[in-house]
This record gives sequence, structure tokens and C-alpha cells, in this order.
Amino acid sequence: QGKFTLLRDTRTDGSFLVHHFLSFYLRAGCKVCFVALLQSFSHYNIVAQKLGVSLTAAKERGQLVFLEGLKSCLDLLFGEEEEEQSAQPSPLQFISESASNLKALFDFVRTSLTPGGGDSWKGPVLLVDDLSVLLSLGATPVAVLDFIHYCRVAVCSQLKGNIVVLVHSNEDSEDEENELVVNSLCHHSDLILWVEGLATGFCKDVHGQIKIIRRVSLELTAEQDHIQIYQYKIQDKNVTFFARGLSAAVL
Amino acid sequence: VFTEEDKYGLYSNLLFKYFLAEGVVCGHDLFVASAKEHPDNILKDLPAPLLDDTYRNELGEEATAVKSEDFQDSMKIAWRYQNLPKMEASPTTSTKFGHYYDVSKTMSPELFQSIKWHSFYLPKELSLQPKMKTCHMNSAYAKVLQSIQRIIYQEGFDGSDPQKNQKNILRIGIQSLGSMLWGDDICSSDTPEDIHSLTKFLYVLRGLLRKSLSACIITVPAHLIQNKAIMERVTNLSDTVVGLESFIGSERETNPLYKDYHGLVHVHQIPRLNSLICDVSDTKDLAFRLKRKLFTIERLHLPPDLSDTVSRASKQDLAESAKLLSSGCGAMAIGKKHLDF
Repeated sequence: QGKFTLLRDTRTDGSFLVHHFLSFYLRAGCKVCFVALLQSFSHYNIVAQKLGVSLTAAKERGQLVFLEGLKSCLDLLFGEEEEEQSAQPSPLQFISESASNLKALFDFVRTSLTPGGGDSWKGPVLLVDDLSVLLSLGATPVAVLDFIHYCRVAVCSQLKGNIVVLVHSNEDSEDEENELVVNSLCHHSDLILWVEGLATGFCKDVHGQIKIIRRVSLELTAEQDHIQIYQYKIQDKNVTFFARGLSAAVL
Repeated sequence: VFTEEDKYGLYSNLLFKYFLAEGVVCGHDLFVASAKEHPDNILKDLPAPLLDDTYRNELGEEATAVKSEDFQDSMKIAWRYQNLPKMEASPTTSTKFGHYYDVSKTMSPELFQSIKWHSFYLPKELSLQPKMKTCHMNSAYAKVLQSIQRIIYQEGFDGSDPQKNQKNILRIGIQSLGSMLWGDDICSSDTPEDIHSLTKFLYVLRGLLRKSLSACIITVPAHLIQNKAIMERVTNLSDTVVGLESFIGSERETNPLYKDYHGLVHVHQIPRLNSLICDVSDTKDLAFRLKRKLFTIERLHLPPDLSDTVSRASKQDLAESAKLLSSGCGAMAIGKKHLDF
């Protein structure tokens, strides 16, 4: 409860973790607010069905609040004038405004996760895929960090929920703003799942390695962070994890 | 689909035309946007499709020439490799996917009759005022987006109008995005005025493409963009990223390793849509060459190192190119270390 998990990928695609957490929390009966900035709803829906969860059904019964970033952006830019005034302000309003302020997005998250009258779900969860896109759309790194901070206060502390955020990073990246955001988030996370490509290049049987870092050092018990490293292979409906060097292809 | 242009734009132009030509042959609608060349001229210059027989004959000739020479020679030294299947340099023609084109001929105008095509030529559209909220995007980009959105809506590609039961696909081609001709200064200065214009444009375009039945190819002069952070963000926002590196004017032109080819193809990213995994081919090392009639992309074959005196310089070069070849694509993994035995 009240944990902030950071999904970080380097030189590879860590979105399989997002799919996992989405179906995991939905199956656990939590109320999920999913801010999907990079892909369409049908993409997640199809993968979730392979993993055994139906997103449309979850949306209908109110368990899942899905913000489809692409669609919302289009509505904002190409929307009709009359619709504008009657509807609520768009969560992605910062794209058209000069002030790089993610407050509208935060309000959206807060209203969707605050428990309503008839809700009987277990703890709220905020899932973001992926944060680096906000920088591409014109938000400053400080605005993004403020947004995450506000979300943590609202979701983790007040509502005792969890937050899972995906970011991209690169060791020798020239994108300083992105690296700033990622490093800052790393310091504040309770759990970091760091997905990397293998250092030696592409391999058909081992798609990459995942580093699991439990930030025990945040709990002020003078312990070091626990780090575990596994390698993984992604299949159509499943991901298999194994200890380094023990891939099925080798054994 | 996102193509990084090669230095002189020759080959990326070719890929661009291939994409559009395929659209014509399949009966898709086209939308061509360019700031440099009038779309009418681009369309006049599309390669002509090859009839099945002629291509098969050509390919067949080459294949038989190779086969007759080295068929069942049993290997003496590298006998372990005997059992591996013969490596195919070019994809087999057993499964037909797409069409082949003859680069030396242009497409006949009759083929254009059946399809609808729309064009956007920037110098002509400069007088129009965009009706959409520009949201601090470069106005040229905003105009293209508005144009695309209008066509998608009017022609019913997004399924919004139940009367127009449009089951066709719109192929969009945008040439040389990000170059100075589009009014964006990311290619000319290190600290451009609006660093987010291109990425915002791509995001909105992505939204439009996801919402409708369309596919898009964009060519970008990546070598001119000073700020590499932009290229990283652009790569994240695209589904497929292919880089073309031609050997013209570079030291590789005279390198004996690459004498058969005109350039390398770097696949930086492939789409991972609607599933957890993506379909990765076995090999990552691709090179292209432009023969008189055909533009082919093949697996890169390093010729055997037969020279007696192998100098230090060439060994270094081999190591460099091997490092280059071992880089995978972004969706899977990219390695940096070069294993030295």
C-alpha cells in the first residue's frame, strides 16, 4: 500500500511490464486509473485479453478509468467550439496552453481515483505509460516532477494507493531533461524495475535482463538496497524469468 | 514508419516512392506532402510495377547461376556448417507479399485513374490560415495536420460517417520533415526556437493514424538535426524507424568489405502492436543496393578474409564494422560491448 514503483527501460521496450501490472491490479480488484499516452485503447485491450483480463468489461463496471492520450489530444486540437464550452477541460490542456502546467491532468487523476459513493474496490492504483512522452509534448521537467509529486500525495498518502510509472532512459542519452526526470524519480521510488537489453547485443532466446531494486535504504534502517537481477524472454502470452545464464536455450 | 534520410537523399527518396507506388498498385488512396518538390512531380516519377513473370525470371536467373556453381560440395574444413540451411541473401519469392518495381521505368498514368490522391505542397498552402488551435506548433506542421484530418474525416477513413463505408486505406507520405523548408530550424541551429514542434506534430499524427485506416511514411534528414535529444524522442514516438546510410562520399565506399553494396540499412525499431512481442527476423545486418532495375535489401555478407597480409588497419576496420553490425533494434536490445576472443 502506498508504494511508488518505477518501471525503467534502457535500450529495449519495457511495456510488457505495464501490461502485466494492468492485468495484475485489475484481477486483484483494485480501481485503476490508466494514463495511456503512447498507444491506443485497442492495443492494450488485445494484449490484456491474451493475459486473461477484459479492459472493456472493466471500464463498464467502473473499475478502470482509461485516459487515451492520443484521442484526447485530437479532441483538444480538432474539437468543435460548442463541445469545448460544455465539456470539462481536457486533461491534456497543457499542450495548447503556453503555461506548462499539468494541473488539469492531475485533477483528472484525482477525480477518477477518489472513491465514489457506491464503490467497493480495493486500493486505488495510478498507472502511467509513459512519462517521457509528456516531455515531448512540451511540459518542462519541473512540471512533470510536480505532477508526480502531487499524485504521490493524493494517491499514495491520502488514498493509500499505489503508483506505477514507466519511463525510458539511456545511459549516454543526450536528452538531459529526460535524464533529469528519471534520476529524480529513481531517488523517490520504493521499487525500481529496470529493464535493459543485454550488454552483448541481440539474442533470440534472451530478450533482456531485469534488475529489481527494492529501496530498503529509504526506510532508514541503515540497510542497503536489495538488488536482484534476472533475465527474461517474452512470449506471446507470457514472460519467463530465469537466473542469468540459465536460459532454456543453454540448458 | 519513420525513415532517417541518407546524406544525399537519394535512397530514402526511392523508399518513399516505393511506398507510394505500392499504394497505387493496391488501390489505396494517397496523400503526399512535401515542401521541396511538387507532389505532382513526385507522383509522375513513381517506379512502374513489375509484372510477376518478368521479376521471377530475373530473380530466377540469378538464383540458378549461383546454384550451379556450388551445389553439393562437401565442406572439408568448416564441416560443422554443412548441416545448416543455405542462407538466402534475398527473401524467397514463395510467399508473395507486396509488389516489385522496376526503377528504370515510371508508372503509367492509367494506374492512377482508379485511385484518389491528395497533395499538399507547402509553398502553395502558405496563404491558408489554419483553423485548428496551433498550440505553439510550427504553422506549416499545423497546416499539414489539418489537411490530413480534413481528408480523413471527409473521405470517411475514421469510420465516423456510417454512410461512407470506406474500407480503403490512406497512405500518407511526408517528405523531408524537419528540414528548413518546413520552417523548422532544428536542422540549422543547436538551440532551436521551438524544440517541441516536431514531437508534437508526430504525436498528433500518431493519434490521427491510430484513429483511422491509414499508414504513413516520413523521411527526415536526421544527419542535419543538431540536437540529438529530439531524435531520441522522435524514435520513441514512432512505430518503425529505419535508417539508411549510404556509402556515397564516405570512406566506406572504397572499403572492400562493402564493395557489393550501396549502403546499410539500420532497423532501429519495429512495431510492437497488439501483442507482447514483436516479430524479429533472425538477422539484423542488412544492406541495400541499387541495381539498374531493382532496389534490393539483403543480408550483409562479409566477404571472406582471404588476404595473406592482414594489416592492422583493416583488422580495426573489421572490428568497427562488426560492432556496427551487432547493434540490434530498439524494441529488442542493443549491445555495446564487443566480445573479443
